Amino acid sequence: MKYQDEYRNRELVQGLAAHLENLVAGYAGTMTFMEVCGTHTMSIYQYGLRGLLPAQVRLISGPGCPVCVTPNSYLDKAIACCRIPGVVVATFGDMLRVPGTSSSLMEERAKGADVRIVYSPLDAVKLAATNPQLKVVFLGVGFETTAPTIAGSILAARQQGLGNFFVLAAHKTMPVPMAALASDPELAISGFICPAHVSTIIGADAYQPLARDYQRPCVITGFEPADVLQGVAMLAAQVVAGESRVEIQYSRAVKPQGNPKARAILDEVFAPCDAEWRGLGMIPGSGLAIREEFASFDAERMLPLTPELSREPTGCRCGDVLKGKITPFDCPLFEQTCTPEAPVGACMVSTEGTCAAAYKYGR
Amino acid sequence: MNDDLILLGHGSGGVLSHKLLSDLIIPALSGTPLSGQDDAAVLNIDAGRIAFTTDSYVVDPIFFPGGNIGSLAVNGTVNDLAMVGATPLYVSCGLIIEEGFSRKELSAIVTSMRQAADLAGVRIVTGDTKVVPRGKADRIFINTAGIGAFVTGQPLSGANAKLGDKVIVSGTIGDHGIAVMAAREGLSLATEIQSDCAALNGLVNEMLAMAGDSLRVLRDPTRGGVATTIKEIAVQSAVTITLDEAALPVDPAVRGVCSILGLDPLYVANEGKLLAVVAPAAAEALLERMRQHPLGKNSAIIGEVATAGVGKVQMKTAVGGVRSVEMLAGEQLPRIC
Repeated sequence: MKYQDEYRNRELVQGLAAHLENLVAGYAGTMTFMEVCGTHTMSIYQYGLRGLLPAQVRLISGPGCPVCVTPNSYLDKAIACCRIPGVVVATFGDMLRVPGTSSSLMEERAKGADVRIVYSPLDAVKLAATNPQLKVVFLGVGFETTAPTIAGSILAARQQGLGNFFVLAAHKTMPVPMAALASDPELAISGFICPAHVSTIIGADAYQPLARDYQRPCVITGFEPADVLQGVAMLAAQVVAGESRVEIQYSRAVKPQGNPKARAILDEVFAPCDAEWRGLGMIPGSGLAIREEFASFDAERMLPLTPELSREPTGCRCGDVLKGKITPFDCPLFEQTCTPEAPVGACMVSTEGTCAAAYKYGR
Repeated sequence: MNDDLILLGHGSGGVLSHKLLSDLIIPALSGTPLSGQDDAAVLNIDAGRIAFTTDSYVVDPIFFPGGNIGSLAVNGTVNDLAMVGATPLYVSCGLIIEEGFSRKELSAIVTSMRQAADLAGVRIVTGDTKVVPRGKADRIFINTAGIGAFVTGQPLSGANAKLGDKVIVSGTIGDHGIAVMAAREGLSLATEIQSDCAALNGLVNEMLAMAGDSLRVLRDPTRGGVATTIKEIAVQSAVTITLDEAALPVDPAVRGVCSILGLDPLYVANEGKLLAVVAPAAAEALLERMRQHPLGKNSAIIGEVATAGVGKVQMKTAVGGVRSVEMLAGEQLPRIC
């Protein structure tokens, strides 16, 4: 398959591993790179890439899975939505199993709530258009990658004059939490493997402050194994040379300025807001709220939501996993009370969660 | 009265039931001397040991590229019998139909059950039809049970894998699951992916004839996919199995859809594929024989039993890394981005 097979070539990958080994041969310390994208996390586990790295290079996983960083309070609101008679909750599949404080959407569906999986926010708009007697609430979760399509769905609903389509918005934006992690003295992050899909929208320039103000090398990297290893090698080269720049490994998709059209749609519908991240807490300016002009599509403003009092699960260390402070194997709940069949924390729920990847591929 | 729809009365046991059976179901499914309407079928089985299995089919959608719920129900039960090394002989058919179901679709389903049975060389000899009120079933559910005989040889079991054995898959993986998902969700794909739904007993016969006792394990990797089934074999046999990712046959279209949706083809369901564990000396010859069969033309050796003990599955990744392979947890759900 074009743009896939050539980046999974064994000789190429082995060659990059040897190149990386040479690069860091004389380096005395350890360099720790964080990937902040769930698809990178999956790729690293799925291809067994850690086993190809030299001893000096360590990879840790950050808050890159949109499902994982969604706090219980949001899930509790989504659950409150689906308990309102006549409301359909439409969502991408991986939100179904995520536990809220005392239930999940999957449990609510089993009890009779109308919760449907859709593959695109426009499917949810269609659902609303064809079922005027129902109120359709789409769960707007994700980073800059998915946010433009959800903004587009709100614009489409407005154009169609729909009064029964709503979004429960919890979008987050990426460079802001990376800065928070870079400034955390407990973390010794040498550089960032920057997300690929997000960067196609926001562009490489968005990471300049991280490289400039926090002296953290940033490399925007594709998802295939050769992409990841080349990205790691580019980061290692910067560390060895004592530099910190933003570089694009994934040049076949990412431009310095990103995608201006998608950013314009984002700006039209959403405005920056403070956002609560599971494990990281409240990060100012790291979320996207629906603008006042589109309030009639905002589920939180338009529906009578009475979520239960939220609390995070006892003993769950998703927060430390998401910050890269511990690996999944360091969490006492991992494999014991927290498994993909009965997840305690969100890192185990999403297919792109660090703990799910470690459980599935890393044991 | 609308003659095109199944009514509750068709399941009442009265005149309508009899008419449905005599007009539609029995002619389609049976039409053999065994199709009397006594309370049980009386069968001749020349074997000291039989295999007996049952399975229920609730697939959505009921028609998909490459098959429908009817052919799936027959092939699934035939394959369950074939996987223990039995020769499938007789199948039962229990239909649970939702009120209002289309008679035309019912006819298409039972006709394809008959075709599948004929292709597999089995007879549908007994059955049952129930009609439930609208909303109490999802259009149609089918239960099939099957009986097979051990004409020669001993039953195969997932517990027989031994150190050094090779693992063979009979073709590309994940085709059925992706075909059904694409049909269910209305995904527009550039190429239509067909389900691999098929009866495997013909292929198994040739494999048994060729490899005999060297054939240790046969399993069809249906729900949970190849990963889950191989893990089950590893646990049952208390061995560690190593898979070679580069050797796994995956149709490029299936790989593409999996890539977009964040699914792993290793966990996607199959309905016309089998996994075989075979003694190393017999592996290459068996592979060649399998490749000559239409249902085994893309067969490949995908791994081996690396060590005795433990019950683990490891994958040598295509790029030279190593990772573990676990059973599917819950259902595979498409990801957010």
